[in-house]
Amino acid sequence: MQPWPWWFSGLVISSVMFLLLFYGKSFGFSANLRTICSIGGAGKKVKFFDFDWKKQTWNLVFLVGAIIGGYITSEFLSYPDQAVAISENTIKDLEVLGFAAPSSVQPTELFSMEAIFTVKGFLILAIGGLLVGFGARYAGGCTSGHAISGIADLQVPSMIAVAGFFIGGLIMTFGIFPLIF
Amino acid sequence: MKFIKYLIVGILFGVVMSKSEAISWYRIQEMFRFQAFHMFGIIGVAVTLGVIGVALIKKFKLRDLEGNPIMFYPKNKSTARYLLGGIIFGLGWALSGACPGPMVVNIGYGFMSFGVVFLFALLGTFLYGAIKDKIPH
Repeated sequence: MQPWPWWFSGLVISSVMFLLLFYGKSFGFSANLRTICSIGGAGKKVKFFDFDWKKQTWNLVFLVGAIIGGYITSEFLSYPDQAVAISENTIKDLEVLGFAAPSSVQPTELFSMEAIFTVKGFLILAIGGLLVGFGARYAGGCTSGHAISGIADLQVPSMIAVAGFFIGGLIMTFGIFPLIF
Repeated sequence: MKFIKYLIVGILFGVVMSKSEAISWYRIQEMFRFQAFHMFGIIGVAVTLGVIGVALIKKFKLRDLEGNPIMFYPKNKSTARYLLGGIIFGLGWALSGACPGPMVVNIGYGFMSFGVVFLFALLGTFLYGAIKDKIPH
């Protein structure tokens, strides 16, 4: 089965946001990271994690659903090893950095099991995750909370955060990638 | 049972993230290189419908399933935390090719290496909590 077109995908994502609003909740995925830290006992050491996480149970259930949704798609709703049809220009740019043209959803150069067990491969995943986790909480939200929910409500802080997302992404892509790949 | 609706919406989210290819590192690279409309189209449609829908909810004072008014809380005014936090987030988003939602969708999809990314995202969140009073907000 083919990937969904951008307009349909955008429509479904906004439906997710509106369904949560009609359930009396607000769409913000990275809050789960704080909740999981809290469940793990971080509240004993750091006050920021000492809160009533049980009110966020619905969001953890949403997270479990997201994992199941990924599984359902890979098992039943796509061809195995479906290559992502990115633009020719991106393929050329990535080739210069040592990445082969896409043969599935993710580059094996970064996400294969062989890659994790190299020092560089592990550090890329670890540092990437660390920056996302730190930045999301520092900015008070991630793509769902700021770029979708926050901007839908025309909130200036969310517009600043999204500008930050792009500044950071451009620095990494054009400033740091040529140094590390 | 009261949580089943969140599970279903979560599944819908996981499916749309995968079927739109927004979980792909390649798509995030293509976006940050401004070489295709795809990701901008997805976010653009979601935001446009979001703006219209939120305005309608406010105009008609719509209520949620339990009958409570749907509320929108303005975020605290500041520049430092949103800009600096946003930049740090963006650096990680471009490097790992995933924001927090797509990390777990990728795990479900079968890319177990995103387990490492997710664990370190938890560590990053913990670090923020530990030093939050020492950094500008």
